[in-house]
Amino acid sequence: MSLHIKKEVPSLSKDPLQRRRWHLESLARKIGIESIRAQFPILEIIVRGKPLVYLDNAATSQKPKNVIDTIARYYQRENANVHRGIHFLSEKVTEKYEEVRSKVARFLGAKVDCEIVFTRGTTDSINLIAQSYAYPRLKPGDEILITQMEHHSNLIPWQVVSQRTGANLKVVPITDEGMLNLTQIEQVLSERTKIVSVVHVSNVLGTINPISELSKKAHEIGAVIVVDGAQSTPHMPINVQELDCDFFACSGHKMYAPTGIGVLYGKAPLLESMEPYQTGGSMILHVSLEKAEYAHTPQKFEAGTPNIEGVIALGSAVDFLQSIGMHEIYHYESALVQYAYEILSQIPGVHILGPKKPRAGVVSFTMDCAHPHDIGQILDEEGIAIRAGHHCAQPIMERYGISSTARASFAVYNTVDEIDQLAEAIYKVQEIFK
Amino acid sequence: MSSASRALYEKVLLDHAKNPRNYGEPEAYDRKIEGYNPLCGDHFVFYLKYDGDTIRRINFTGQGCAISKASASLLTAFLENQPKDKAILVINKFLELLKTSPNSPVNEDEWGKLTAIAGVREFPIRIKCASLAWHSVLNILTGTEKTTTTE
Repeated sequence: MSLHIKKEVPSLSKDPLQRRRWHLESLARKIGIESIRAQFPILEIIVRGKPLVYLDNAATSQKPKNVIDTIARYYQRENANVHRGIHFLSEKVTEKYEEVRSKVARFLGAKVDCEIVFTRGTTDSINLIAQSYAYPRLKPGDEILITQMEHHSNLIPWQVVSQRTGANLKVVPITDEGMLNLTQIEQVLSERTKIVSVVHVSNVLGTINPISELSKKAHEIGAVIVVDGAQSTPHMPINVQELDCDFFACSGHKMYAPTGIGVLYGKAPLLESMEPYQTGGSMILHVSLEKAEYAHTPQKFEAGTPNIEGVIALGSAVDFLQSIGMHEIYHYESALVQYAYEILSQIPGVHILGPKKPRAGVVSFTMDCAHPHDIGQILDEEGIAIRAGHHCAQPIMERYGISSTARASFAVYNTVDEIDQLAEAIYKVQEIFK
Repeated sequence: MSSASRALYEKVLLDHAKNPRNYGEPEAYDRKIEGYNPLCGDHFVFYLKYDGDTIRRINFTGQGCAISKASASLLTAFLENQPKDKAILVINKFLELLKTSPNSPVNEDEWGKLTAIAGVREFPIRIKCASLAWHSVLNILTGTEKTTTTE
């Protein structure tokens, strides 16, 4: 059995999948897919004798040439430490480092540059909020509200805070479709709720959560809202002021930048009111042997020599995203994800998790005939990289009574042909395990 | 699909994955142990019934990928009515075999159907799937009942 879409459909124009396919091809031309793909050297490699089809972008994206070149140039021509030293290189690199802060501030829609703190990634950002904001403020009986669809990085830091402070961790369940029920959230919110922490886009379900509405509800009862933006930032326009969130965390490596660099956005008055997360060099104004006066935000949160290479390369990744346009990326990727959803949902014995629409970035599925690991192995033989496992979201697995899923996740360089290859390979899995 | 992957999922493994032997919770057993690889989601319980110093039978329940399930099925079938000491020796020897290069030969006369599992050496990431049952059963035989993982 295989797809043979074109052969099976007598009247192509009436077939919704074929129409979607044409639509996608035209969107791909419009977005300049050939020139986008040409910017990613890794897409040329051959895997197990086949061209690489990289569909593990929710784990980490590939890197465009301008990001790779930035890193090389940094070490060949620009390397020095930032915020210290009065020599040419240090001055230049400090300037570049701070320029990226401004660039990221504009990219995320922050009011002022000092609202952008560089971290190691989303996990680090959320831990910073948990330790510096939540831990000193929460008291026994206070509540932290999260959802059942959180990645472990937005669950465990709150478990720890609740254990240490005596605050209660409340978890809002998700619907069968994999969405939040706002009425249910309203019922759980109370004056005891101090922090609402929620994922923007689920890394398993692809659900896009209504952050603006959640912010409004959180603020009505005087809570702050933290948004895990790891899976949204690479795929859609983000404006933290429109979302009206208090904190927003994201990772560089999922948005075409290197690993080990991430961002924490926090509203300036909140960041100013917080104690440092880590202490040491770079984050002080004045130090004596007895005490230290801390620097202002954001330096206060960037103790030690930062990941300078990562920050500068993150700037190039933002350049790459903006050269295409976030609205254009969202439009194209939404069509890709919808096409993947449609084509996979037509394969008998394949079950997709999460809502049909709106959906961003990922399509997670299980198959009646094969375990996700076996699916992953057969797909790998076809040169197709997907992820199989619990995706660091075990509560979601429990919710649906499964141990793991296979997950295809997309980036702006993916094509409709690659999704067809994915579907063909899934038919092969069925042939082997039927 | 390449010959390597085809070989991995050859008939004997697929057969044991689809129709696992000794599958299901037994009415009586002496010891049990959990084998759990949370990252992949392979999760089994092994139930051991002794007859003196001999393994009368090992049953198992749970879910996992084809490799982990077939490996558990083949192992439990192989160990039926084997003396405990011999079983410990054989398991250790097989776990050593899994660490060898995929090109080094496997003595089919010695290993029989278990030879099929050695195909996993081509795919280092799958060794943890294949060896989960072996480490779990080894632990239970040597007196540990703590949940076993190979991740």
